[in-house]
Amino acid sequence: MSDALHGDHTPGLAHHFEDFEQQNESASLGMWAFLVTEVMFFGGLFLGYALYRTDYPEAFAAASHELSVAWGAFNTVVLIGSSLTMALAVRAAQLGQPKSIVRYIVLTLLLGIGFLGVKSIEYAAKFEHHLIPGPHFLWGGEGGPQVELFFGFYFCMTGLHALHMLIGMALMGVVVVRARRGAYTPTNHIGVEMLGLYWHFVDLVWIFLFPMLYLIGRHAG
Amino acid sequence: MSTKNYLNADYGFRSWLTTLDHKRIALLYLLSITFFFFIGGAFAVAIRLELMTPQGDLVQSETYNKLFTMHGLMMIFFFLVPSIPAVLGNFLLPLMLGAKDLAFPRLNLLSWYVYTIGGLFTLWAVVFGGVDTGWTFYTPYSSTYANTNVIAAALGIFITGFSSILTGLNFIVTIHKMRAPGLTWFRLPLFVWAHYATSLIMVLGTPVLAITILLVAVERLFRVGIFDPALGGDPLLFQHLFWFYSHPAVYIMILPGMGVISELIACFSRKRVFGYGFVAYSSLAIAVLGFFVWGHHMFVSSQSMYAGLVFSILSFLVAIPSAVKIFNWTATLYKGSISFQTPMLYALGFIGLFTIGGLTGLFLATLAVDVHVHDTYFVVAHFHYVMVGGMLMAYLGGLHFWWPKMTGRMYPEGLAKFAAVVIFLGFNLTFFPQFLLGYLGMPRRYHVYPEEFQVLNVMSSAGASILGLGYLIPMSYFAWSLRWGKRAEKNPWGAKGLEWEVPSPPTTFNFDTTPTVTEEAYDYGPKPEPGEVAHV
Repeated sequence: MSDALHGDHTPGLAHHFEDFEQQNESASLGMWAFLVTEVMFFGGLFLGYALYRTDYPEAFAAASHELSVAWGAFNTVVLIGSSLTMALAVRAAQLGQPKSIVRYIVLTLLLGIGFLGVKSIEYAAKFEHHLIPGPHFLWGGEGGPQVELFFGFYFCMTGLHALHMLIGMALMGVVVVRARRGAYTPTNHIGVEMLGLYWHFVDLVWIFLFPMLYLIGRHAG
Repeated sequence: MSTKNYLNADYGFRSWLTTLDHKRIALLYLLSITFFFFIGGAFAVAIRLELMTPQGDLVQSETYNKLFTMHGLMMIFFFLVPSIPAVLGNFLLPLMLGAKDLAFPRLNLLSWYVYTIGGLFTLWAVVFGGVDTGWTFYTPYSSTYANTNVIAAALGIFITGFSSILTGLNFIVTIHKMRAPGLTWFRLPLFVWAHYATSLIMVLGTPVLAITILLVAVERLFRVGIFDPALGGDPLLFQHLFWFYSHPAVYIMILPGMGVISELIACFSRKRVFGYGFVAYSSLAIAVLGFFVWGHHMFVSSQSMYAGLVFSILSFLVAIPSAVKIFNWTATLYKGSISFQTPMLYALGFIGLFTIGGLTGLFLATLAVDVHVHDTYFVVAHFHYVMVGGMLMAYLGGLHFWWPKMTGRMYPEGLAKFAAVVIFLGFNLTFFPQFLLGYLGMPRRYHVYPEEFQVLNVMSSAGASILGLGYLIPMSYFAWSLRWGKRAEKNPWGAKGLEWEVPSPPTTFNFDTTPTVTEEAYDYGPKPEPGEVAHV
């Protein structure tokens, strides 16, 4: 049904909502519920990781040494920085400054690209060292066959995280276009807020992944 | 008869395939799940034909494995999980809440597309080689050894899971934020409470299935080792993750049915549901407890004895909220002004069959008994009593009850009553013998069996043919009624609820002005007057 059937309502307010408050609260609750599903989704992997790390601490510690703490730490800073610029974009939307929205989101997008660039450098190094699980996996060091398991988790977890970043970055493109058209006003900018929530979530996943994969157990013993 | 309603507001394929109207999306779902139901049913026919004789003479073992796998996949993921929520829930929630639509109409349409794509993907897997792992995809068979189309089927299920998540998310937000003025939580119809509980499970459980299924696909493609003992992985981790979703999923497949039954019992006994609050909370209790009982599928999977004990106790606890519902429905019947229209026949059938299904669940939750009947036809009979005897009865009851609202037409009452009785009898003849077979030791998922089991198997197959024909009757007269059925009034059953205060069929935006609710649900008054019940 096109909105044209009901021509008597405020622009930006969907026909089935009474007011912006109801529309915004619904979007907000919907996004939080969606983030709960994301927590459960990543939760399955976190559970598996926790289980096998407990079972094979030596293998996981040995494998963890192959990861570059420097790159990981650098990326953590980049991603936290992108959360800051995203928060500033939301702030700009609340104040009704479309140009600032665009500026901060483009900045966030660039930081996201930076993160993925570093990630691809790291992935390439794993590829060269034959650390991709599968028939070409080669491991000469300590830790036994479970090292491959660690890298299985490493690629599943960081890969899914990167996929979430790509989705977030695509959404940023949409928000930039809409912001330039002046779609966001101080009363109606829920799209920017929701993008912000999602991006902070993606950031938060990395905040857990970094210590789990790069740091824990490295300096044990 | 030229008034505008949601059906004649617009015409053509395009208007249906791009609709954002929850009522039209419900009809899209109705058509698609009916399609998948008959595909799943066709596999069941093949299974029952094979089991007529003790020898494996109709199909080979490999084919038989594919048949029961695809029967399970189709029926669970493409019929039972979406059945009541996606059809009746989609159609009725906004009407019951006094809203113009669900909170996210676009997501609603997207969920149907996602469902359809997932379904076609799975069908593709079925046509090109099939899949033989059982609907449970147990590792390491599914991840390492099976030579069938596991990845395609798994991805089909993975995709469809997102439609379930989107539906659940939409329902939760709608129930929280779209209620009409005065419609407080404890004035909500119990149908809404049941769907709220169902949605919680969909949102919390389905993502876990998604990651699990994804890991199986990754394991097959890249040999990551998560479920492979050779690399230090544990195949049992799969069972834990799988049942963490799939046991609660059983409640996705029954709670909406319970919601329907509450509506039917209240309407056809002209009484407020006894202990409304308890029935409402029992839905939430089932949803919550459902997340802590998955280990009862793993009593014989080398789970520790103590874990087994805890899971056994927790499984018994689920009986409490389930029994609260059954007892409260029967208490509602007591001194009610009962009339036996078709929906009520299904509701009464549900109470009887679900009670048998639920009580045999207690046998299975008992550790020692489970060792004896695990993986036998006893289990098969048990879950078919819950899902077919329970959910499918409720679905059919609800479909009859709200058919006039959905289509503006009445179905033929006499024929419908006949069909309800045929289905009830056919169902029991199909599945009761399977309890006996299982108790006597016939394992599930085998197509060759000792000769002494033949009589019971032939009874079951005979029942299945009656049941199959039984399903064709409603299918035919529902289609017939669209053109020739008597036109339905606004409220043919004299039922209470906001959905009965709008025309049949409703207009596109449901309510001209947002209604204000001033009374509790099921306000049928203290004493029903004789003759108040509509005769159709």
